[in-house]
Amino acid sequence: MKALQQTLALAWRSLVQVRRNPWELGDYSIQPILFLVLFLYVFGGAIAGSPDNYLAFVLPGVIVMNMLFVTVYVGHGLNTDLTRGVFDRFRALPIPRWAPLAGRILADVVKQLLCIMLLLAVGWLLGFRLATSALHLLAMVLLVLSFAVAFSWVMVLVGVIARDPEHVQLFGFTALFPVTFVSSAFVPVETMPGWMQGFVQANPVSLLADAARGLMNADGPSLEPALWSLAWALGIALVFAPLSVYMLNRRLARG
Amino acid sequence: MDNAIKLEGLVRDFGGTRAVDGVSLQVPSGQVLGLLGPNGAGKTTVVRMLATLLVPTAGTARVGGFDVAREAARVREIIGLTGQYASVDEKLTGRENLILIGRLLGLKRRDARARADALLEDFDLRDAGQRPAQTYSGGMRRRLDLAASLVGRPRILFLDEPSTGLDPRARRDLWERVRQLQAEGTTVLLTTQYLEEADALADSIVVLDQGRVIAAGTAAELKARVGARSLHVTVIDPAAAARALEVVSRVSGQTVQADGEHLSVPAPDPALVPAVLRALDAAGIDVAEMGLRGASLDDVFLSLTGHGAPAGNAAEDAA
Repeated sequence: MKALQQTLALAWRSLVQVRRNPWELGDYSIQPILFLVLFLYVFGGAIAGSPDNYLAFVLPGVIVMNMLFVTVYVGHGLNTDLTRGVFDRFRALPIPRWAPLAGRILADVVKQLLCIMLLLAVGWLLGFRLATSALHLLAMVLLVLSFAVAFSWVMVLVGVIARDPEHVQLFGFTALFPVTFVSSAFVPVETMPGWMQGFVQANPVSLLADAARGLMNADGPSLEPALWSLAWALGIALVFAPLSVYMLNRRLARG
Repeated sequence: MDNAIKLEGLVRDFGGTRAVDGVSLQVPSGQVLGLLGPNGAGKTTVVRMLATLLVPTAGTARVGGFDVAREAARVREIIGLTGQYASVDEKLTGRENLILIGRLLGLKRRDARARADALLEDFDLRDAGQRPAQTYSGGMRRRLDLAASLVGRPRILFLDEPSTGLDPRARRDLWERVRQLQAEGTTVLLTTQYLEEADALADSIVVLDQGRVIAAGTAAELKARVGARSLHVTVIDPAAAARALEVVSRVSGQTVQADGEHLSVPAPDPALVPAVLRALDAAGIDVAEMGLRGASLDDVFLSLTGHGAPAGNAAEDAA
């Protein structure tokens, strides 16, 4: 019970921080809208014949891409705490060892949820209408959030390894751009060169975007890519959670 | 008197280097211990082990009776930590920082707010409490750091180089607060590079160099180890310095050190002062300044480590 209060307090703190970080706030609000609108009106005609035809395809893709970009702040915040000495203050307090990380990931889930809702709202304003049910939409949100929690561990590792918060962002975004764009998030796989298709089809970003699309548009399979996405999420968590904790302890033991 | 802090043969290695090399010391409850040493002496590593942030490689350390390695959770309940490595969240306001710590310590929301407001009042931060900590001056920041470590009313407080980077006024203000905490019965272990600071605050001092304790005792005891007082004379006219040297060495019967118009000579007997003054007066030499000085902690440091004090902030006792 006490551990829960402590984790919630740490999550609250991560959320309050956003108020005073205009760049971070922009990344949760302006950036996703910007991406959606730009993709829709710049590429929509070329890819789908018209922006209206593209909206249902690209909205799930932007939701997935934005989810990945938001996780960078898990690493960014953790690294800030480590380099500024805030993490040590927490460690000298009578709280569970996992509470600071848990608080951060919990705050990330809240941020992710707000971003998804924002994108759905803007999508609706632009003309998107759900072709499936509310239950399908809920499944999409939960699927994206589960993947976010798993992927957070990759960013925890980046946050532990990086020298300073700026490097977390640099490294995080540099790694995320190719993974996000060499996927079916924005463009149908069939249009890509053959040698690239194999990679694109195995890319968890593609699988997640396909699953989200299936759950929102009812125009393709959703169960199979959803299961594959979950398998990826589980795999990522199984590898990166222990690795991150190990590297974190190593960094802390360095003095 | 029971010991709030007790270290026996504490060792910490980093890779191949030994940062702390068998440190033993104790701090009786309610006392202030100054851990004095230059950069890299191992002071911060000792504090980090005591605050359960680092596990000792060998030896034992007990804080409030609890072993820092095996009973770390109990130790964390009774300590406060402030220093270069334990900081506040710059994006939160001062008040939010204190509320967060209160909530982490298990206070109810209302109690955490009340405690935060009381501390802000205590530390002259009431008006700044609503501003993000990143807008604070160095002195305000340090006050907030200290306030944050006091939210849980710790019995034992670790202050790691608390006044580094503070201006003299902010430093004196911090000292006043440490004295107040001591008066309330808090045991304090503070590390410092400033000899003056250890002298001003600590009941006893442990001098650390290259991971080892090289001296321990009260400030007076450490000074006594270095030797007796010396007489310092400054003459007004530099041209008279040579004659003054001759007079002083005749009266004292000792070798006189000269540096321009400044002279100094060992003065085991305070009666040397009027004797020298009379002799100089008789010789018609005008004296600008004259006095007895006890050995400064700088002298202590120099004689103990052989490589001089890190900061030239010696306390000088005018006799």
